[in-house]
Amino acid sequence: MFRFLIRRFIQALIVMIVISIISFLVQGRLGDPVHQMVGQSVTLEERKQIRDELGLNDSLFDQYIRFAKKAVRGDLGVSYYYKEPALDVILRKLPATLELSFSAIVLIIIIAIPCGVIAAIKPKSILARTLMFFSTIGLSVPIFIIAIFLVYFFSVEWQIAPSFGRGETEVIFSFWETGFTTWDGIKHLFLPSLSLALALMPLFVRLIRSEMMEVLQSEYIKFAWAKGLSPMRIYFIHALKNTLLPIITVAGIQTGTLVAYTILTETIFQWPGMGFLFWDAISRVDTPLISAYLMVVGAMFVITNTLVDLIYGLVNPTVRLSSHGL
Amino acid sequence: MDLLDVRNLNVNFQLKREDLAALIDINFSLKHGERIAFVGESGAGKSILGFSIVNLISRPGYIKSGSIKLNGNELSHLSNRQMRHIRGKRIAMIFQDPMMTLNPVLTVGEQMVEAIRSHTDLRKKEAKNLAIAKLAQVQIASPENRFNQYPHELSGGMRQRVIIAIALLLKPDIIIADEPTTALDVTIQAEILELLKHICDDNNVALILISHDLGVVSRVAERTIVMYAGRIVEQGPTLEIINDPQHPYTQGLLNALPQMSLPGHRLNQIEGAMPSLNDRPKGCAFHTRCPYVMDKCKQKQPDSLYNGVSHVACFMVEDMMKEISDESYDFDEGDGPDNGAYLLSISQQKGDV
Repeated sequence: MFRFLIRRFIQALIVMIVISIISFLVQGRLGDPVHQMVGQSVTLEERKQIRDELGLNDSLFDQYIRFAKKAVRGDLGVSYYYKEPALDVILRKLPATLELSFSAIVLIIIIAIPCGVIAAIKPKSILARTLMFFSTIGLSVPIFIIAIFLVYFFSVEWQIAPSFGRGETEVIFSFWETGFTTWDGIKHLFLPSLSLALALMPLFVRLIRSEMMEVLQSEYIKFAWAKGLSPMRIYFIHALKNTLLPIITVAGIQTGTLVAYTILTETIFQWPGMGFLFWDAISRVDTPLISAYLMVVGAMFVITNTLVDLIYGLVNPTVRLSSHGL
Repeated sequence: MDLLDVRNLNVNFQLKREDLAALIDINFSLKHGERIAFVGESGAGKSILGFSIVNLISRPGYIKSGSIKLNGNELSHLSNRQMRHIRGKRIAMIFQDPMMTLNPVLTVGEQMVEAIRSHTDLRKKEAKNLAIAKLAQVQIASPENRFNQYPHELSGGMRQRVIIAIALLLKPDIIIADEPTTALDVTIQAEILELLKHICDDNNVALILISHDLGVVSRVAERTIVMYAGRIVEQGPTLEIINDPQHPYTQGLLNALPQMSLPGHRLNQIEGAMPSLNDRPKGCAFHTRCPYVMDKCKQKQPDSLYNGVSHVACFMVEDMMKEISDESYDFDEGDGPDNGAYLLSISQQKGDV
């Protein structure tokens, strides 16, 4: 276990260094930072002076070392637009994005697992065929189309859910702004989390279905039938547990996709989270904010995948984290 | 009354275009505590027969007609729910590969306790005690520790013992063992066979052994049933089948045993391959490979006839029986010295069959 964590930590470190290099390049090369900072009246000499002061004429390597040293201390530069440390701006928006992602993941779990299982148990039934039909559509229609349809029906036609914003929020633990504690907040969460969930759900329904169908062919399932166990026990204990093993790994990798989809979802629903902020930052060429976003998301990705591997080790008895030194 | 009585069982596979017969007119019965064996090449229908008895044939197979009676009660009419209480409780099964048979993510204990609790009202604690007692009965050392282990922590032979223990949990009437030693190490095979034999004797459990290995069969079964292309071609006492095989296919099978070939020579074999379900030849299905083929073999399926010892479905045997009056008959010419006795002596010497 300990060895596993150490190795994981070293891997995470390497990943973070790569991400920081990308962030650094984004910050320095995406347009001219001096141009972004000063007005039109500033002369060429003054610009050159600012350039020297900022160290933009040093070698790339020196500049990166300076960037990395600051980054380790949590200083990722000051946002041009907000005039605040970029990391603070990002972290302020973090709860909104995490709550949205969490709700979407919960939705995916409670909908995709039963759907996938049903589609695998009776692959020729009308229900299974309908599920497969809609999952194909879901896979091929982009999320912003689905989101716009959701807004049209739920907000415009039926007027049962608000289409933008987070609604009423409360601050808990003195730093976390949550929408879970108010009815208004939950109502506002409904459409964004549903459309985020719908973006990934078809993939999981299909994965669970095909994996489960394979597991159901295995000898140990036949043996379970021969023991005279109830179908519920065979499907949901014997088969599902084995089905979920590879799904857990895929789920870890899909966190990256989830992050990408939060940018789209938050933009469509004006959800005040990191993705929406990132979108704004791009249109304003707010490079410190862009690179800070990359760093934060990279860290999140590394953390989730470590957690996923830990969970995998707990669920799969044939993996002993300590002995394999995974 | 016989414990299990199978009459005119026909199992088919319903494909899109055709309905293929996998088992044709299967007749046999099994007494309390009796041990019988089904032998034949792969594809002869042995395993399908085993699964048909507990109505677990995988799709698109189905029981077309016939009757399967357990203690006089018809099984083929039972609903799935009723059948569930036969499976595992009255008729238990043992599969071929112990590495694949146990669920890798559940402990040995969980897989035993669930079997007990789905058929009885025992509480968890009582079920656990019963499971540990059965593990001890199949000679597993420190059963309390094994109870909490996962299948991957046990060796192949150990796992097959666990599976036998699971089969025994609810004191079944019949155990169907489908190639129970095929996937095991040769040295373990003999142990497991002995265990199976003793367990059945001690608990008065009847055994249906499915195997392609006549050596295995000769050690365990009292009666042997030879199958070819979905039909029973010969059935009788194991000793008779091995010492005095009547059907040319049985003779061929015995002759193909490695022990029957001379050292340094090619192994004997039955020329050709068993026909697949969709091109079973007209008449006797074996006629394409039979050295004694006659014209009528190609036209008509021979009936299964009782010659006083065995049931045989072969025109040649039928003709012999008609001719027979005073002289004894012997088909073994050219087959070497008395097959069965030779085989048995070898298996006893080696102790590894």
